Amino acid sequence: MPKPEILDPQGKAVLGALPRLGFSGVSEVRQGKRFELEVAGEVTPAVLAEVEKMAETLLSNPVIENYVVSVEA
Amino acid sequence: MKVGVVTFPGSLDDVDAQRAVRIGGNEAVALWHADADLKGVDAVVLPGGFSYGDYLRCGAISRFAPVMTEVVRAAGAGLPVLGICNGFQILCESHLLPGALIRNDHRKFVCRDQKLRIENNRTPWTSSYEQGAEITVVLKNGEGGFVADAETLARIEGEGQVVARYLEVNPNGSLNDIAGITNARGNVVGLMPHPEHAVEELTGSGTDGLGFFTSFAAATFA
Repeated sequence: MPKPEILDPQGKAVLGALPRLGFSGVSEVRQGKRFELEVAGEVTPAVLAEVEKMAETLLSNPVIENYVVSVEA
Repeated sequence: MKVGVVTFPGSLDDVDAQRAVRIGGNEAVALWHADADLKGVDAVVLPGGFSYGDYLRCGAISRFAPVMTEVVRAAGAGLPVLGICNGFQILCESHLLPGALIRNDHRKFVCRDQKLRIENNRTPWTSSYEQGAEITVVLKNGEGGFVADAETLARIEGEGQVVARYLEVNPNGSLNDIAGITNARGNVVGLMPHPEHAVEELTGSGTDGLGFFTSFAAATFA
């Protein structure tokens, strides 16, 4: 997700479109990205650490974005 | 002086940059993204365009191209590097420059003759300009909004790392009207506008951009 202090023009565009479609009551929209990574075998702490590293070096830009890694079976 | 211009898949302005290098009185050397080889050049230009289709984030994938490993290493040793537009985005993603470029605040692609003020003429790319010189070059970007956290912004302002600032119009929402910055050492410069499109009367808004391609030779031989 873009960090809270970073302007999110795409989210603003979505926010502007909602009332035009008749949806009301939304005061803020922020748009981020979701990556689904499939790994072979079990998600061990070592694998998770490796994925964290991927998130930090390539999948996100920590200068402007925050990331969360979660595991789903 | 030999100036390398890197071509990535999706680079658009590499040939214009090579031409600007030659008009500036230097030898242009084509560098290829997949070759970890700078061919002994004295400086490197990362040109504009849409490298790797701007996938993921602008410049995010180019950062890991084999040539960039060499550019990052050489920049750390003082090699002059100029990133224009997409090249600026690549330099930020490579952490050679602070901050990042995000989508224009008005969400539209912008293409205009843009007035700038040269705020720092002590870099190898801007020494041909008078401090405070006002120039006009083409600007064309969709994701040119320069952002940085407050602490970083204060540091680059305080250390004189702002190289160029937008005048009259802020075309993309860049903080403090910042159009270009340099690193702490001063050898790496990123610029959102395109000086390589302003080197000949016939095809540009004038020749105000030429200084970026004559500066470093003058600085080197000074």
